[in-house]
Amino acid sequence: MENLNLILPEITLFFGICLSLMVGVFFKNSFQITMKLSILILLGVIYLILTSWSGDKQIFLDSFINDKFSNYFKVLILISSIFVFFSSNQFIKDKKLFKFEYPIIIMFSVLGMFFMLSANDLILFYLGLELQSLALYVLAAIDRDNTISSEAGIKYFVLSALSSGLLLYGCSLLYGFTGTTNFNEISNNLNSENIGAIFAMVFILVGLAFKVSAVPFHMWTPDVYQGAPTSITNFFAVVPKATGLAVIIRFMDIPFKNILHEWQTILIFIAIASMILGSVAAIGQKNIKRLLAYSSISHMGYALAGVATGTYSGYTSTVIYITIYVIMNLGAFACLYLMKVDGTYTEKIDDLSGLSKQKPLLAFSFLILFFSLAGIPPLGGFFAKFFVFMAVIESELYALAVIGLLTTVISAFYYLKVIKIIYFDDVRVSFDDIRNVSIKTTIFLSCLVLSLYFISPSFINIILDGLFI
Amino acid sequence: MIEIGLGHYLTLGAIIFFLGVIGIFLNRKNVIVILMSVELILLSVNINLISFSIFSGDLLGQIFTMLILTVAAAEAAIGLAIIVIFYRNKGSIRVEDIHEMKG
Repeated sequence: MENLNLILPEITLFFGICLSLMVGVFFKNSFQITMKLSILILLGVIYLILTSWSGDKQIFLDSFINDKFSNYFKVLILISSIFVFFSSNQFIKDKKLFKFEYPIIIMFSVLGMFFMLSANDLILFYLGLELQSLALYVLAAIDRDNTISSEAGIKYFVLSALSSGLLLYGCSLLYGFTGTTNFNEISNNLNSENIGAIFAMVFILVGLAFKVSAVPFHMWTPDVYQGAPTSITNFFAVVPKATGLAVIIRFMDIPFKNILHEWQTILIFIAIASMILGSVAAIGQKNIKRLLAYSSISHMGYALAGVATGTYSGYTSTVIYITIYVIMNLGAFACLYLMKVDGTYTEKIDDLSGLSKQKPLLAFSFLILFFSLAGIPPLGGFFAKFFVFMAVIESELYALAVIGLLTTVISAFYYLKVIKIIYFDDVRVSFDDIRNVSIKTTIFLSCLVLSLYFISPSFINIILDGLFI
Repeated sequence: MIEIGLGHYLTLGAIIFFLGVIGIFLNRKNVIVILMSVELILLSVNINLISFSIFSGDLLGQIFTMLILTVAAAEAAIGLAIIVIFYRNKGSIRVEDIHEMKG
């Protein structure tokens, strides 16, 4: 019974999903009911996680781990899913996506992520990953009468299935060459003379890099971001990325601890390539969702730079980075829900021109969010980059730090270009008035956190204290 | 007669795996072929896991295989469903026709 207490959040989430499925089937026009019910369930799960935690424990033959690290990320993805639900309500209504399956499939992917985060065993990890991916394939293609959305679905399905296959091949080699599927035992049996296991590490790293869309495995990101409906893109940009990074940290910290030198080189390469490609390829973009896609690729580069240090201060800086990244992206995507011209949502950057004359408040929110994405002090994004570069310099990876700082400057160019279009160009189209409290609350909260972050920059560090022991 | 050992099974697994990967990248005709290539990759993993499990006398690999078979079935179902909705919108499932978005 004591064991069941430790997976109570997962059990509650699962039965909550079943309950909302029943509610969705038995009531007519049940989208609003299931949406509210799912927000309530997610809130309930947050409460359970916060109250039930009592020290690090491993249960079910050490295959499931309940520690501070997994719980921090679980709360993070729950809060961001709630904000995604909360801010996208109006958009879903306008786009006629109100099928009751919509929140339920999102909750299934969140359940999969819970198991990925808590997995201490290759089998459990793989099953969680697949539960998450299968739900995400459906979500990418959810606007099924739209050619672009179904194309995004196919592209995401093919590339993600391939990456799961690579990861799984890595898992099979790791099982064969270490003789176990448990992370702790793998860590004990692994050393740098075990060539087969190093092959396995490369395959697993490739699969995980696909999931967080790091270069050279980023091909799906811009297309899926553009093709999927904005509310889904919002989810894609935030929640699976946070989970993917957490899982990379978990893999590097426990099973691959003894082969640090082997994976460090690969991660440094991936981080540098993501930072460079993300900032160069974004310059010519005309579609704001594609721009945010390339921006997320470069942000993943910075986050992976923190992991590449292989030290606990590096991991902590990555956790801070991803937290601030989540806050920035929730705000930026909420702004996209307000870009509506003559009753249809627009994604063109050119349509933003002269926004400051029509809607000064929205223009100012864009200013704060894009400055923060570019990492300009004193906004939150600056501190995120600061902690990562501090950790990188402490581990004496100077090339990584120098290239990272240079790409920050390059990427500032395209963020500032959008701000220039908003503030200094002439008005071209007139935006519709959208009176929706939930979108504006999301933007307001996100801007508030980012602009007041400098008051106590070590705020997240205090929460994270003792995350890695 | 040659003694068939672990190495032979692993080579077979690796060959099938690379056939699957190459099938995805070289295929220019049909999306269904990509779906079949993904299945090939998953099956090569199963060969690997079963041979490792037999030669090390540990049952975990066979349990893993059972779970992968289930997941592969679910993945094929969802993949076919996505291909069907694409066909409805576009009237074709040729790989060359998947090109609405570029850049």
